[in-house]
Amino acid sequence: MSTLAMDIGIRAADEPWGGRPKRLTAGRVGLYAFLIISAIFFLIPLYVMVITSLKAMPEILSSNVLALPEKPTVQPWIDAWLHACTGRDCTGLHPGFFNSVKITVPAVIVSIFISSLTGYALSFWHYRGAGFFFGLLVFGAFVPYQVVIYPIILGLRTVHLFSTLPGIIAVHTIFGMPVLVLLFRNFYAGLPIELFKAARVDGAGFWQTFFRIMLPMSVPITVVALILQVTGIWNDFLFGVIYAGRANWPMTVQLLNIVHTTQGIPQYDVNMAATIEAAAVPLIIYFVSGRWFVRGIAAGAVKG
Amino acid sequence: MMAERTRKKLPIAAIIATIPLMIESVGVYIFGIGLSVYFSFTNTVVFPDYKFIGFHQYERLWSTDIWLTAVKNIWLFGFLSIAANLVFGYLLAVFMDQRIKQEDLLRTIFLYPFAMSLIVTGLVWQWVLDPNYGLTATMHGLGWSNFYFSPLNDANTALYGLVVAGIWQGAGVTMAILLAGLRGVDAEIWKAARVDGIPAWRTYLFIALPMMRGAVATVLVLQCIGVLRIYDLIISMTGAGPGNSTMMPAVYVLQMLTDRQNAAQGMAAATTMLLPVVVVLLGIGIYRLFAGRKAAAA
Repeated sequence: MSTLAMDIGIRAADEPWGGRPKRLTAGRVGLYAFLIISAIFFLIPLYVMVITSLKAMPEILSSNVLALPEKPTVQPWIDAWLHACTGRDCTGLHPGFFNSVKITVPAVIVSIFISSLTGYALSFWHYRGAGFFFGLLVFGAFVPYQVVIYPIILGLRTVHLFSTLPGIIAVHTIFGMPVLVLLFRNFYAGLPIELFKAARVDGAGFWQTFFRIMLPMSVPITVVALILQVTGIWNDFLFGVIYAGRANWPMTVQLLNIVHTTQGIPQYDVNMAATIEAAAVPLIIYFVSGRWFVRGIAAGAVKG
Repeated sequence: MMAERTRKKLPIAAIIATIPLMIESVGVYIFGIGLSVYFSFTNTVVFPDYKFIGFHQYERLWSTDIWLTAVKNIWLFGFLSIAANLVFGYLLAVFMDQRIKQEDLLRTIFLYPFAMSLIVTGLVWQWVLDPNYGLTATMHGLGWSNFYFSPLNDANTALYGLVVAGIWQGAGVTMAILLAGLRGVDAEIWKAARVDGIPAWRTYLFIALPMMRGAVATVLVLQCIGVLRIYDLIISMTGAGPGNSTMMPAVYVLQMLTDRQNAAQGMAAATTMLLPVVVVLLGIGIYRLFAGRKAAAA
């Protein structure tokens, strides 16, 4: 590490430091070696999954794990999607995909709408007692899910929503709200108060100010919330397996069931193809959204 | 600041708009938690049983070997994975901060595992560490026949396999947050350190790190919550095995609620999980209260 001292430069604000290297020093070589080895550590599992999913089973058992497929085939991908078995049902992963869509789309819309409305009300229309409810909600962000799982089961049973699609959507809204409300409240609190006052002077009421002024202004934070929620809900396993009911099991639950249904030698090719298919949606969102994704994580992490 | 925004008239619309907030905060976080705590003092099996039986469930909990294993595991796993995550994440952040080429590409590579479900992460690493298929088989194929690394098959080492998977999933996020923290440190500090002839590694470790307390706290909070909630990774990677050796509190609670059909025992475990959270939050609250008073007195 001390070899890095050679690279000291004057640091400009917001820029990486270390002088612009004029020649390759031992320190630079070590630096890049570390970064490249780290990159390999992160990439190898994905690489193995992709190439294995493109090989037929005989080739998998006979060839090196890291070797490129000799006869690439997309049959495992098709089998994983249409024919892979969960116990006795051999429907593949596609029912789980559509269940995940049916859960994710409404849950994302409902949770974001309620949270932005709540955040707006909390930052501009503070009333006595609002702080108490908000404090409880922030506390909720730290509560281990296990503490409230059973009471929520009882609650949903009482209103006959346990093991239903609306039930799991409600659950995702409940668990999404602490972070989302915080996100939106902080965003609205950062807007100039004059904006709100001007709308009030012009005679706009609570709802008009929200729909005409605040909602259009909150596009950036909504994008962050969208990324956070879509990936979070799509990747969820725990709530899906408990609250959705067998008929609505999301993709993650079905993936695990497919992989755990094994007769004889594990079907590595189909299992890995299924895993990639289940990870595809959040991965695409990640690669498309780039730095927005990081902002979402950081925003979601900063609580209180 | 808030007072300025308070209106004299009671804002009916705002109260209507925050009904979901009220329902959730009171219904879930007061009533729900209260109910869970109460059930931990009953004999509830599947459906509620309200007869109070005292601390019986807690006595049973702390005399159950599986629970004791779970408690030991979460401390060990938590300590190892948070420490490794912080060290590796900070190293990556510091190295990324050296005017390197392809910074965006590397950032994308380090972060992508976080986008995927922990179920996927668990399955992937289960295969990488599978002696018949993954790393070990590869090394044998390359002629290195003495190589043997399959922590998941041994009850004594399975937890370390989980730590590796956890680092793979989370180190990129730590890197991203700490890198943002590093870039937020005042440029004058770096100049001063340079003028004083302090080596770069010391500047990073003893000057920059203490100055980015916010970023470090963010990482720690994120990691602690993740560790306490760990469930998906265990289910997909080891199934709490071999022989319950990778049992975790969250898995124990869920097993009690589903397979074992002993909700009261599960709630006793869940209440025990909540306790450290409440203690830490109360501690922070009290600390802030006193810090605020000191500031006001000064």
